[in-house]
Amino acid sequence: MIIAVASGKGGTGKTTVSANLARVRGDVTLLDCDVEEPNVHLFVSGEPQGEAEIVSILVPKVDESRCDGCAACSRFCAFKALAVLDKRVLVFTELCHGCGGCARVCPQGAIREVPKRVGVVETMRAAGVTVVQGRLDVGVAMAPPLIRAVKARIPKTGDAILDAPPGTSCPVVATLRETDFVVLVTEPTPFGLNDLKLAVAVVRELELPFGVVVNRADRSDDRVAVYCREAGIPVLAEIPDDRRVAEAYSRGELMVDALPEYRSLFQRLYADIAGQWEQAKSAACCSGVR
Amino acid sequence: MSATIQECVIISGKGGTGKTCVTASFAALSAGRAVLADCDVDAADLHLVLTPKIIESADFRSGNEAVIRREACTGCGTCAELCRFDAIHYVKRPFGKALYEVDPVACEGCGVCVRFCPAQAIAFPERLCGEWMLSETRCGPMVHACLCAAAENSGKLVATVRQEARRVAKERGLPLIITDGPPGIGCPVIASVTGADRVLVVTEPTVSGEHDLARVLQLARHFEVPTFVCVNKWDINPEMTERIEQAARKAGATVAGRIRYDRAVTAAQRAEQAVVETDAPSALDIRSVWETVCPGVR
Repeated sequence: MIIAVASGKGGTGKTTVSANLARVRGDVTLLDCDVEEPNVHLFVSGEPQGEAEIVSILVPKVDESRCDGCAACSRFCAFKALAVLDKRVLVFTELCHGCGGCARVCPQGAIREVPKRVGVVETMRAAGVTVVQGRLDVGVAMAPPLIRAVKARIPKTGDAILDAPPGTSCPVVATLRETDFVVLVTEPTPFGLNDLKLAVAVVRELELPFGVVVNRADRSDDRVAVYCREAGIPVLAEIPDDRRVAEAYSRGELMVDALPEYRSLFQRLYADIAGQWEQAKSAACCSGVR
Repeated sequence: MSATIQECVIISGKGGTGKTCVTASFAALSAGRAVLADCDVDAADLHLVLTPKIIESADFRSGNEAVIRREACTGCGTCAELCRFDAIHYVKRPFGKALYEVDPVACEGCGVCVRFCPAQAIAFPERLCGEWMLSETRCGPMVHACLCAAAENSGKLVATVRQEARRVAKERGLPLIITDGPPGIGCPVIASVTGADRVLVVTEPTVSGEHDLARVLQLARHFEVPTFVCVNKWDINPEMTERIEQAARKAGATVAGRIRYDRAVTAAQRAEQAVVETDAPSALDIRSVWETVCPGVR
């Protein structure tokens, strides 16, 4: 089973949920897909496994001796990563998505593709949990290729938990695609609810089964609970608003280690997710028959 | 009225540290002298506090998406071979020929498949990515946006919001733009900070706050934007706050103050008010951060 932990709003507790779930589960691969700000390693640190893999995309390199300045490449590029000035091609690699189109359209065969580093993927192992994290180089805009490289390390068999980046655009979509179940983490505030609705729209667009975890739950605001009930979204768990949790987090300690009374909450959550996934699978199977 | 317009962008690296709460308070403190821009287009929240009244809105179209015309597809598979984004999949039909389909969510709109389809079976319509709006709020004009679910090009939408905010500032002779930025350090953040006059990073005294701040400060240096740092909920971990402030100074940023942990912040949010519009204890702290970051604007 591949579980993705996501949220529209940042700072709602994605890393808390994914790392604690991995800890109580054991024997699981935990993949940090928040490559802009990877945080999992701060809570589950372990022995590095081998060298970091350098991840690159292919960007154009123009052979000036062959280029006649026809501008076929810059006209083709949808991302304005090439411009022709005085019959010379300028390449803006930071805008390049690496589609390879320019090299294909060049009538002179003057463009070849060379790798440009966007970040690294590192693997660590800690007490039964394999942690894979992507780390985007600072100043690089393009997160999705690195996320795809992280996801290439999802084991063929066995369970994986993905810590998604915040938001609702390409990096989130790149993370959630082809996962089995999505856990949306939110908090009972107006911002939390607003961004939860946005995240729900994304998950529905991707047609993935999902449920909600309410973090920092307190009884004074039930709008998230009401929304979930009315929208037919299962609330999988509520993590209480507990200052001890915030303090343990600030020191980089996992909740289930610092406050063992929370172990059973995460064990139940994992079992619930597995149950929901089974249900979703059999529902999908039945609808296929009909 | 050719005075220069100053733009202050509020970012955080890590999400959920209190960017939007600080931005809303800055909006209230600017007392109508600023245009507000919500550049967290992925998950915009500023409107929940400033309750804008929309006076103008426009579709945001950006780029194109590949769509395979089923009737023209010969099933040769060239498109799937050439696509670098794993966006084209083989779909087996129970009766009839095998066909290819584009996953609109994965398609980056590069146009390679469109150009090289031997049967010219792929259309390339413009893509609707979202909407941007100009609104009036009690704190001044506000430009904000919403991105369609799972859409691309949030960086370009950010650029559009900033450009519109600048236009409004010029038209109305307002000296300041206060921008609520997105979390992270990737494309929408880069689009938010390039060319800004100053950046305020709102962080929190946690291991992740510290880690993410280091990366966001590198980014600000990379783009040569003067940077301020303030630690929100500083009293959750005073030692970590010290460490973060030292790191910020070492990286060449100015420490703009500390904001205390205050449950009244959530109460203000529920009441659709900026913290400084209430008598929350942390309002004092935010006020002093404002005076450091935007002196002379009142």
